[in-house]
Amino acid sequence: MNAAAELVGSCATAKQVVTIGEAIVEIMSDSGEGAQKCGQSFGSIAARMGNGVWTVEIIPAEIQPPARSIAGASGNRIRIGSKRVTNGGDEADLAIAFNEQVLLGRVNAGELKPGCIILLESMWADSADPKIVAQYRETLARLLAEGYRVHEVPMENECRKLVSDPRKGKNMFVLGMLCNLYSLDMDLARDQIAFIFGKKADKIIKSNVALLEAGHAWAEHNLDFGFRVPAVRATEPQLVINGNTAVALGVLASGMDICAMYPITPATSASHYLSDVFERSGGLVHQAEDEIAACAFAIGASYAGKVAVTITSGPGYSLKQEGIGLAVMAEIPLVVVDVQRGGPSTGQPTKSEQSDLLTVMFGSHGDAPKVVMAASTIEDCFHSMITARRIAETFNMVVVVLSDASLATAQQPFPRPEFNEDWLAPPIDQNPVPEGAKPYDWDPVTGLSRRFVPGQPGGMHTLTGLAHDRSSRVAYDPEINEQGMHARSLKLAALQKMLTPPKVFGDEEGDLLVVGWGSTKGAIEESVERMRAEGHKVSSLHLSFLQPMAPGIKEILHRFRQVITIEANWSDLPEDPLIDETNRRYSALAMLLRARYLVDIDCWSEVRGRPIKPGSICAVLRQRLAREEQRS
Amino acid sequence: MSTATACLQHLFAEQRSLEEYQGGVPRWCKGCGDNAILTALQRLCRDEGLRPEKTVFVSGIGCSSRLPHYMRTYGFHGIHGRALPIAEGIKLARPDLHVFVNTGDGDCCSIGAAHWIHAIRYNMNITVLLHDNHIYGLTKKQVSPTSPIGTRSNTTPRGSYLDAMSPLTVTLGIQNASFVAQAVDWIPESLFQIVTAAFRHRGLSFVRILQRCPEFVGSMFEPWVHDPQRMLMLTHENGLKVSPALQKIYRNQIVHDPLDIDRAREIASSEDPIPVGILYHNPAVPCYEDLRRAGMLRTTDSIRSSFEAELDKFTVWP
Repeated sequence: MNAAAELVGSCATAKQVVTIGEAIVEIMSDSGEGAQKCGQSFGSIAARMGNGVWTVEIIPAEIQPPARSIAGASGNRIRIGSKRVTNGGDEADLAIAFNEQVLLGRVNAGELKPGCIILLESMWADSADPKIVAQYRETLARLLAEGYRVHEVPMENECRKLVSDPRKGKNMFVLGMLCNLYSLDMDLARDQIAFIFGKKADKIIKSNVALLEAGHAWAEHNLDFGFRVPAVRATEPQLVINGNTAVALGVLASGMDICAMYPITPATSASHYLSDVFERSGGLVHQAEDEIAACAFAIGASYAGKVAVTITSGPGYSLKQEGIGLAVMAEIPLVVVDVQRGGPSTGQPTKSEQSDLLTVMFGSHGDAPKVVMAASTIEDCFHSMITARRIAETFNMVVVVLSDASLATAQQPFPRPEFNEDWLAPPIDQNPVPEGAKPYDWDPVTGLSRRFVPGQPGGMHTLTGLAHDRSSRVAYDPEINEQGMHARSLKLAALQKMLTPPKVFGDEEGDLLVVGWGSTKGAIEESVERMRAEGHKVSSLHLSFLQPMAPGIKEILHRFRQVITIEANWSDLPEDPLIDETNRRYSALAMLLRARYLVDIDCWSEVRGRPIKPGSICAVLRQRLAREEQRS
Repeated sequence: MSTATACLQHLFAEQRSLEEYQGGVPRWCKGCGDNAILTALQRLCRDEGLRPEKTVFVSGIGCSSRLPHYMRTYGFHGIHGRALPIAEGIKLARPDLHVFVNTGDGDCCSIGAAHWIHAIRYNMNITVLLHDNHIYGLTKKQVSPTSPIGTRSNTTPRGSYLDAMSPLTVTLGIQNASFVAQAVDWIPESLFQIVTAAFRHRGLSFVRILQRCPEFVGSMFEPWVHDPQRMLMLTHENGLKVSPALQKIYRNQIVHDPLDIDRAREIASSEDPIPVGILYHNPAVPCYEDLRRAGMLRTTDSIRSSFEAELDKFTVWP
């Protein structure tokens, strides 16, 4: 009998429930065993109780990877807290694994806290396959030796008492255990089960509720510990969705009519959801034959009607570039969503990165100015779409909205938005064009011109990707070529004048300013809070607009002794023997800020495919502060 | 305030001259077959009474794709190979517009080949005119997918290596093909008749037009131009009708029922004689825009109610 089994056997009575501020839980299974559903449900119940919640999906790249494999781990990380939670946090406090192999991947990646509690399915010890038994024993011994607090749980055996196929439903048993361990309201848990199996028969709901209750009872009787994360029930209705659903709802709420797309991970789920809901209000999702066609289709739809959107990820974005250039040149409004993943090439389709920033800013051949925004929270994914549509239409520009795999699959509650008619696109103008008006009558100050939409009498012209004059006539004239280029560039300046300076998180001045963009916002701000609590003069600045950049940034940069960007893209390591000031490749945002503001900005980045942890950021910031202290 | 009837009468009485459809002065080479296509299309617009503001000519890149500039309608001179998906987006957003696509053998059959296949499958109500001169013109004489084997060009100075692809057999092999025809630039009367039938077809009409390029492959169609017996006129009461005057020249005729797809595929395989007429016409194939736009009006209320219904699914109430 091993130590853990002994522990489980001995803990019959008095359960100690400890109140804690937050907890990070991971649930890992083979693909298809339902760990994700379990994790999402756990997060939703906690959110209903009023906890701050952030959930992160752990997704294998394949649909059915081999069972009991490290690479096949599928699951969820759930961070719950008494206060608002803005990111997935550092290492996990508790992990539940349906087999020891899926857990190993997380252990090896350093995702579990030292001494982390592990609840491990014990059925493998009794496997008929001696190889599996050996693997199980070996891993168990290793985990115990490394100081993890392992509890073996006969999950499948317990479930078999209730259902004939325990592989289906084990996840609800686990959910029951979690509800017990974290003192979650069982009535809310039952509601949650009714909600997720809502479309199915009562019998299924009843059987899952029975499993939930069994898990709860098992943990109550066999585990002598428990936690309570105090929560304050929200007073406002909260929405619990992931970033891709938020993008899709944003498209719906923006009044756009048409989304053209081609399947690509991790963007597609936005289009899946949109396909389901869009048509009920007269919109539609067109799955084109390829990414190029999806972009061209959206351009055609935008040209003749309301602004259209195309949703993609890195490789798809690369393919769309020529079309995007056409939209820039012909000044056709267009919204492009890039849910970034690991690159280059096929890279890491299910993992997160922020490596497309420079591509979307400078991509497409020639000078192709377009607006680039980055969503930094789930809520922001929603509102960015509405803003993007409006900017595209006002400026007749391409607006790229950057999200990434982290935001796409993460969930966080945020206040339910109140529908606003002003979000919607105006009807298409079909009035006659005034006599003498030209399709590209560029305003000398703003570069803006009005758009003629087919159907408008008197507005007939042939739009072209060739250089053209104010009447849209093909022009090889050097003057006219420069005029067009000038006007298209001016529009960015016109937009920039309308932006408000970003707000500094923390004090307005200090020793170190952290600058970020996109999904890292939560982790950066949490690390700033931690550093400030330690007495450091650290603040952060998060940019929503990358192109154009809002006014006032330069002044902010100058109020700090050091500035560093934190990003999930590649930057050369200064300590590498070949790397020095003259050849170091900086992170994307650092490069942009250095070029624009002439400030010696440092960077730190990580391309590990996972969300950057606040703990990692704090370590970097401490090191940078210490280095500066040594210097002075 | 006029009544609906008065409005209709006004529309009916609306007549435009050919000049009202003429845009910029064509910059094609002397003797270019594209001029014949342009004339046929301007005449079509006039005779069908198309409102210029409700008509869009979409094109890709190449000599053929300059055509929209020479029309006085809306035009969209896009990028190489992508005219079809652009046109599809226009049509789906605005089923009320008349959408035409002018594309070349390089634009459609090479760089845009994937879009061509899928456009046939979508079967949207668009009139597609393939200006097929068997050569890249604008980039100065390179071999195209429809160049006959042995074609000498700047990239095949010793003659091209591959057999030509037949846009007709390819199109007729694709599911949902609903209108496939062939015309030649040197028989303007049939060309006009065929593009008219193509325009009137509800669905994607694909018209391959053999078009002469005197600049780069001047002798390509000479044997056929000079020997009317090498032209095969496909006649039918539901297809091409050859006028008495034309009958005297083009005597090589067969009756072909445009509903007979097997026979159409056989005829399409023939390079010599060159068939002219409607190979296939099936008005019963559904249009993608009809399947997708099932009469649902998008209003502020419909958006609001579906938005609120969706939020309800994900809302945690206090």
